Amino acid sequence: MNERGAVRHDYETIAKWIAPGSKVLDLGCGDGSLLAYLSRNRAIRGYGVEIDDENVLACIKNSVNVIQSDLESGLSVFESASFDYVILSQTLQAMKNTESIIREMLRVGREGIVTFPNFGYWQNRVQILRGHMPVSSNLPYEWYDSPNIRLCTTMDFENFCAEHGVNILQRIVMNNGKVATFLPNLFGTLAVFRFTKGG
Amino acid sequence: MQDIGIVVPQCASFDSPLTLQSGAVLDSYQLVYETYGKLNEARSNAVLICHALSGNHHVAGFHSEDPKSVGWWNNMVGPGKPIDTNVFFVIGVNNLGGCHGSTGPASTDPKTGRPYGANFPVLTVDDWIESQARLADRLGIETFAAVVGGSLGGMQALQWAISHPLRVRHVLAIASAPNLTVQNIAFNDVARQAILTDPDFHGGNFYAHGVIPKRGLRLARMLGHITYLSDDSMAKKFGRGLKKGSYNFGYDVEFEIESYLRYQGDKFATQFDANTYLLMTKALDYFDPAHAHEGDLARAFAGAASEFLVISFTSDWRFSPARSREIVKALLDNEINVSHAEITSSYGHDSFLMVDEHYHAVVRAYMRNVAKGAA
Repeated sequence: MNERGAVRHDYETIAKWIAPGSKVLDLGCGDGSLLAYLSRNRAIRGYGVEIDDENVLACIKNSVNVIQSDLESGLSVFESASFDYVILSQTLQAMKNTESIIREMLRVGREGIVTFPNFGYWQNRVQILRGHMPVSSNLPYEWYDSPNIRLCTTMDFENFCAEHGVNILQRIVMNNGKVATFLPNLFGTLAVFRFTKGG
Repeated sequence: MQDIGIVVPQCASFDSPLTLQSGAVLDSYQLVYETYGKLNEARSNAVLICHALSGNHHVAGFHSEDPKSVGWWNNMVGPGKPIDTNVFFVIGVNNLGGCHGSTGPASTDPKTGRPYGANFPVLTVDDWIESQARLADRLGIETFAAVVGGSLGGMQALQWAISHPLRVRHVLAIASAPNLTVQNIAFNDVARQAILTDPDFHGGNFYAHGVIPKRGLRLARMLGHITYLSDDSMAKKFGRGLKKGSYNFGYDVEFEIESYLRYQGDKFATQFDANTYLLMTKALDYFDPAHAHEGDLARAFAGAASEFLVISFTSDWRFSPARSREIVKALLDNEINVSHAEITSSYGHDSFLMVDEHYHAVVRAYMRNVAKGAA
């Protein structure tokens, strides 16, 4: 469900947002490379959650704490307000229970960070205009084998936050590692949001 | 990958009295153990393997040319194996109260000159840890690189981290639990009742009568064995297969599973001591580190300084993955380094003894990290 083969441009952006020495939970942590990156560059203490056997093994090989568990069933093993940041990197679009995972992120963490492929990217729109579901390096799946069941645009996510009492603190939309500032919902491939509980 | 080859058990005798959790005192005792690999100069590569209910010190290698003399975790421990004896100095010890050489109910009570029998004190996991710590002292090991165990062995590994936080760098708690479920205690009591009500038990002093309570032990083992397997694995292995292909309308062995269980029960009844079985099940029942903290497991681990690998198996219904998650949660609450792998396996509780590529890869990877810290 990750952006396969592409460089994880979101790592650097996420690292900049994270205060040194923080406690970080990475949901859908893959092989643990983000946590390893953050622990090298931000001296964080962290745990990953991962469901896939091979990824769990890879995390252990990378000396990253990993808890094997299905995100869809919640984060009950984690206490409320026990993390500074809870990260959901390139996983949101593959989750069934979107509302509950965002709620859980903000229960467990002070702040949430999500990254997801921006479905509003112009090339996606062109492919749809031509009559096809988009397939690209950012969305490398055919419609029938894609784990991405809840694709959205940056605007969609912003609306979601507004409707669910989620307070967006920061947003960066990227295109091939560069920040897309001009019409980001049209020219950005990857959205990175930092948010907290509203109200 | 190869085996260790022939290993010879060793024996350590202790003369300083050991006060047990029950208040009873063992004035002297001996522990039988085996070691594999070499203790490095820094004495930092020692790994203690704690055994489960019916296990012992013979973890790996062979006692003779007979392939049946193989250690109970030979697939896990050895040169090039997940717990690599080329890297680690591995110790297997028969727990106090055992029946494979360490002082236990069948040993001679120096006060009477007769077997302890019913007079052998009830032991707890805490007591085992204290006796194992004394063995570690004797072997010149201040800190274990890791303490590893499955099932009841996992409970001991957890207790090590609680009782001696600075003497354990890593804990591997496999197919374990923070305490027994009520259902588990119930199973244990049925097993105990089978032994206690066997006329050959003689209140625990059967040695003097020259008999052993075979029937009770056999039933206890048969019951236990069922619970260590899963419904699926039993169905796969035995099905509803009939020994003779058709019903014979009697109570002799008909189904394959009956034959298997009776064989396992008979074998066990001649090899294991009934008092040890009672004692081990009681130690299981009593283990509950949260008990001293109003049921708050997180507080039980508050002083722990080790790092943890917790492993559970999907089909294990006696020590289910949910029980491992309780351990994980308590560790997370204390911000302790912990990983939890939930291995997909159909073999039930016994999975922890089986060869499973992914399971072994996880242990191997974790032990490599342990080795880095022990170098």
